[in-house]
Amino acid sequence: MKEQNKNSAAVSELNVVPFKTRMRPYLIVAPALLITIGIMIPFIMSIYYSLTSYSFRLPNYSFVGLKNWISILSSAGFWKAVWVTLRYAFFSTLFEMGLGMGVAMLLNNLNNRFSKILRVALIFPLMVAPITATIIWQLMLNNSVGIVEKFLNIFGVYNFPWAAGASTAMMTVVMIDVWVNTSFCMLLVLAGLQSLPKSPFESAKIDGGSPWFNFRNLTLPMLKPSLYIALLFRLMAALQEYAIIFGLTKGGPGDTLMNLSLTSYQTGFQFQKFGYALPYILVLWAFINVVAKQIVKRQRAAQKQAAGLEE
Amino acid sequence: MKKRLVSVLLCTTMLATMLAGCGGGNDSGSGGGGDDAPAEKGSAEDFDWKNCEGTTINVMFNEHNYSKAVISKLDEFEEKTGITVEYSSTPEGNYFDKLNTSLSSRSGTPDVFMTGAYQVWEYASAGYMEPLDDYINDPAKTASDYNFDDFIPATVDSLRWDLVPGHAVGEGSQWALPMGWELNNLAYNKNVFEEKSLEVPTTTDELLETATALKEFNGSGSYGVAVRGTRDWATIHPGYMSLFATWGGQDFAIEDGKLVCQLDSKEAIEMTDYWVKLIKAGGPSQWSNYTWYEASSDLGAGKAAMLFDATSAGYFQNFEGASDQSGNIAWSTIPLPEGKTEADMKANVWIWSMAMNADSKNKDAAWMFLQYFTSPEYMLYSGTEGASPDTPRQSVMDSDEYKETVGSAENYLESIAALSENATIQFTPQPYFFECTTKWAEVLQDLVLTDKYESTEAAMKQLKKDLDAVVVDLEVSE
Repeated sequence: MKEQNKNSAAVSELNVVPFKTRMRPYLIVAPALLITIGIMIPFIMSIYYSLTSYSFRLPNYSFVGLKNWISILSSAGFWKAVWVTLRYAFFSTLFEMGLGMGVAMLLNNLNNRFSKILRVALIFPLMVAPITATIIWQLMLNNSVGIVEKFLNIFGVYNFPWAAGASTAMMTVVMIDVWVNTSFCMLLVLAGLQSLPKSPFESAKIDGGSPWFNFRNLTLPMLKPSLYIALLFRLMAALQEYAIIFGLTKGGPGDTLMNLSLTSYQTGFQFQKFGYALPYILVLWAFINVVAKQIVKRQRAAQKQAAGLEE
Repeated sequence: MKKRLVSVLLCTTMLATMLAGCGGGNDSGSGGGGDDAPAEKGSAEDFDWKNCEGTTINVMFNEHNYSKAVISKLDEFEEKTGITVEYSSTPEGNYFDKLNTSLSSRSGTPDVFMTGAYQVWEYASAGYMEPLDDYINDPAKTASDYNFDDFIPATVDSLRWDLVPGHAVGEGSQWALPMGWELNNLAYNKNVFEEKSLEVPTTTDELLETATALKEFNGSGSYGVAVRGTRDWATIHPGYMSLFATWGGQDFAIEDGKLVCQLDSKEAIEMTDYWVKLIKAGGPSQWSNYTWYEASSDLGAGKAAMLFDATSAGYFQNFEGASDQSGNIAWSTIPLPEGKTEADMKANVWIWSMAMNADSKNKDAAWMFLQYFTSPEYMLYSGTEGASPDTPRQSVMDSDEYKETVGSAENYLESIAALSENATIQFTPQPYFFECTTKWAEVLQDLVLTDKYESTEAAMKQLKKDLDAVVVDLEVSE
């Protein structure tokens, strides 16, 4: 009996996994864990600060519970900001996706020197920072010195208000966004188009399918994964848009262009009320999170479907 | 084990030295301000421009003629003091956002920054500004020929405040020093008025009539009167606030220890209604994008016939070679509303100034910078060759050079003399100035461009409610 005990002790000693081996899995995920913590800290801090009266202006701050949230959610300004955010995101993404897809298909069908030059030239706007693009557009749209005014004068249009008019401001910022980002959608769609298999199209040709039939039943379903990726990127960015609107009108005229990002920035940095600025951005974050998950889900489904078609 | 012990010991020593290092260097009381305890003063013999040699300071400028003049003399300052100056210059639209962020980080950068009098109410309240009295009054820190008493009293007093919301400026610590001061009046293109045989408007009714008549006076896009319209404080404080005060309007009043917004008063509503009409009938087509840069350059380009803005804004377009219309610009005062006389004219004052960051780690060097660029000698340069016409120093105003240079602008000095009788800051000092004026500008934009409000009265009543809510937590002690 004694002998046996001795033996099992020796065996279990042999079975002891060395410290280094035991730590290995943790060590392997450690960098990812650190980054996750690094990402989460600001989020958690901002949730905490949104429950306080934190302000650069005051030496101390206090916990105020849901006071900021209630006051914001019950203000008309907040709902106006939500409406502006959604409208901006909807229109800019719609035009960018539509135009991007159209241009990509044209370029895909053409294959000559001209289309090659175009492919390069069309991505120029992507190389310009949005704020720089906005300043260039601001100059071009200026009624005193701008080139657009001179051009419109030919058609008898004078003093078009652009960003200075309450009813034209949204159109103007969307236009600049479209100018900057359409080529991003175009690039993604073009890459998607070029990776499509040739054989289904050849079969369709032999069977005499019309171009519309080909587009609806072949191109579109197979292209869907790329389209969802483009949509994901553009919609997220458009919901958060800050640079173009701030550069052009700072959210004016009136509160025409005050979206959630701008309202939050203004409350935090100009009025120095941080606790009060954070709920805007947290609502935006939650919303983007939900939308992004939906798009990713659909993208995966579309990818499976496209792969099924390929077989 | 031994190794671990050594490393722990080393870490502790390092930490201790670091903490000791952080403790020093806090040479003067920060932010407190206004305490009467006399600071220990050195003697004049201790003063030497080279006292801070080898230090590097950081300065933040707003893009302006005042800062251009300073920048053009930086080499001389560096040579005289041995201090190296690093600086950034930002356009006005974004300047204060950038400054807010830098100051609130409390990192001590910038050491010196450009500011206005209204910003004192926010920055000094938050403890970002170093009170300057102890520097000004210390002969070991200030050159003997600085002559603080030479500043025109209204300019330095406007930068003095006791940090109590609702209290007028003029009492308390000196938070900043003036670079130049601006009143607001009507500037006009005299050639256009001659050509069209028009009289310069002296009443508000005449102004509206003339501005309407001058629509497209010089082809498409040209218009009567340029005023600012962006969605921020800058739209409220120049022409609008000057006429608002002249009309009899007031932003806040103190009632039972609370600030109460007065923007729903009869005068405020009438005046705002007039202003909206004026912009619609005779203002620029892209008014809501207009800062003083656009407004004044339209006057200089011959696109606007009049400019109701800061005195110097028109001046910058008028000196030789500055613009298309240089030499053609002349000045008037503030057009009077019905029933008001010249004695009721109340120009609002704006003072571009420089202040010291309370968290600066180079306060003495920063003070060298401040005193050099507000000294009588430098101010004479900036007031004449530096093209910053509204000097805050009496000695410069009295000098022949100044009278000759600035006096050559038609009716400029005369207009300032007439306006300065009642000129002061027409706003009630309080730390929510930016927020209140941004909301105010937003309502103006809505009134001019949208049908959001039924009437000006409805808009101003709503604005009053909103602003009362903004300042609700301010206690106004007597």
